[in-house]
Amino acid sequence: MNIIKKLSFKENSSKNVAKERLQFILIHDRIKLSPRELAEMKKDIISVVSKYVDVDENELEMSLQRTESNMALQANIPIRSRRN
Amino acid sequence: MNGKVIVITSGKGGVGKTTATANIGTALAMDGNKVVLIDADIGLRNLDVVMGLENRIVYDIVDVVEEACRLEQALIKDKRTKNLHLLPAAQTRDKNAVNPAQMRNLANELRKEFDYVLVDCPAGIEQGFKNAIAGADDAVIITTPEVSAVRDADRIIGLLEVEGLKEPRVVVNRIRMEMVRRGDMMDLEDMIEILAIGLLGVVPEDEDIVVSTNRGEPVVLDPESRAGMAFHNIAQRIQGKDVPLLNLEKEKLMDRVKRIIGLS
Repeated sequence: MNIIKKLSFKENSSKNVAKERLQFILIHDRIKLSPRELAEMKKDIISVVSKYVDVDENELEMSLQRTESNMALQANIPIRSRRN
Repeated sequence: MNGKVIVITSGKGGVGKTTATANIGTALAMDGNKVVLIDADIGLRNLDVVMGLENRIVYDIVDVVEEACRLEQALIKDKRTKNLHLLPAAQTRDKNAVNPAQMRNLANELRKEFDYVLVDCPAGIEQGFKNAIAGADDAVIITTPEVSAVRDADRIIGLLEVEGLKEPRVVVNRIRMEMVRRGDMMDLEDMIEILAIGLLGVVPEDEDIVVSTNRGEPVVLDPESRAGMAFHNIAQRIQGKDVPLLNLEKEKLMDRVKRIIGLS
């Protein structure tokens, strides 16, 4: 009981919230792109990809991730169907 | 002599740069080094107050760079610690009163006479920061276990790198072990992982700091203070000695024992 309490407490502890928020903030700080530039990049990526495939724009997800030593831009672009 | 010029910086204000500069400098001088502290926070002079030297100021850093006095005339001898000197900031001027080239010259003059030249950097990343880091060989970043302070520290690491200060080390200041234990404060591992730089030391939150600042006496002069001990360890590491991290948990217990048996 005590252990379970402790474990669940650890998950939601404010330090973990701080750490996660900080990691997210720093990824964005380090890439040195303003939110506006990020939005523009997203638009550009969509326009390039949609030249070839039908993209579901509303479902597009783009995020910055940190790997061990690098940062990665991850885009999840759902495709409706291939154009003929 | 070819002394080392070390800038103490943080980005965010209020994390303890000036207190750290005063204490690390005093500890280095207590270890027998010739030390000078430069207050580079022009317009918001405070290092003199933390050192208890505010009544001794005649000339300041701007007088030196404008050649209104000789460098030696502006250096204030500390009243308690031998071999410790202060070059105060100007209070009535702004950050543009000194430029990076002047700062570099000043640092190079002082390194001829002193083992360690510590520069207390102003908060922020503008001109005052650029001036303060201009002549430095090394940088120490002060941060606290808070999201805003760590974010700013990360920004500073990037800016220092651009200026060629590639291996800054961090001091985690004002850590509260009871909060870390509760899971309500980031611990050292968290912070080192996030910032990915070397750790120079950790300083516990300590009421003695407030008392010592009230009095204008650096806390390293108090042999009982845990924060003082932490700053002594940091000074040792700056001198290249391998000193283990202060065991904050153990100290805490010792304090409790002392209190129970009435020693403190």
